[in-house]
Amino acid sequence: MTLQELVDKNIFTVINLGDNLNTDITTPYCCDLLSIAMGKAPAGSAWVTVMGNVNTIAVASLTEVACIILAEGVFLDDTAKMKAKEQNITVLSTEKSIFEAALSIYQLLSD
Amino acid sequence: MNNHITLTYQVSGDDFTRAGEASSDVKSKLKQMGVSPEMVRKVAIAMYEGEINMVIHAHGGIIRVTISPDEIIMVLKDQGPGIPDVEKAMQAGYSTAPENIRSLGFGAGMGLPNMKNHTDEMDIKTQIGVGTTVTMKVKL
Repeated sequence: MTLQELVDKNIFTVINLGDNLNTDITTPYCCDLLSIAMGKAPAGSAWVTVMGNVNTIAVASLTEVACIILAEGVFLDDTAKMKAKEQNITVLSTEKSIFEAALSIYQLLSD
Repeated sequence: MNNHITLTYQVSGDDFTRAGEASSDVKSKLKQMGVSPEMVRKVAIAMYEGEINMVIHAHGGIIRVTISPDEIIMVLKDQGPGIPDVEKAMQAGYSTAPENIRSLGFGAGMGLPNMKNHTDEMDIKTQIGVGTTVTMKVKL
């Protein structure tokens, strides 16, 4: 499933669309500690987290995850939103919990 | 031999929101040069962690990156407080980061271990009250 296909499912609210919509999503990845996500987030993953600050964007950019999915209704602060636009990072959000958000991606990938 | 490029970055010590700009720049330059995505990721992660450390602990510093056909060398030099116990600082989970940094999702004591894990060689020279120089090498 490409990122564009995930966006088209309308399961998640779009906060920012990056320039990587053709990326194949490899797996959901869950982590809130940026230090750990930095070392472990797989490239091409859909990273589900509740951390919505500017450093989340930096980590997403450096690890080349497909997108950030903010769970639990978390939203990006203004600085982070600007950074996401600048760096072309796709950010989605949802009211779902981290587990539920990751599960729905997992199910879509298994279909 | 003149087939290498050196990039120098001044890392500001007081602006946590800008931490990562040097790493992002190196990342995009390496991509443009056609360095493999796997190597770009290693360099970007190691350098970003080092950059964050400089901002958190050392009021910034200078990063010099030398790119040659067979290796990338990153030298991160600061005039911070120094690291009292390097061996302890290298342990995953050991952290001296302040609470405000932890609330941003950092400071879990993974920085130095991440740097070591994503590079082929890492050397730390540190002196209390004088500063720290971290040299990291990634072989291409």
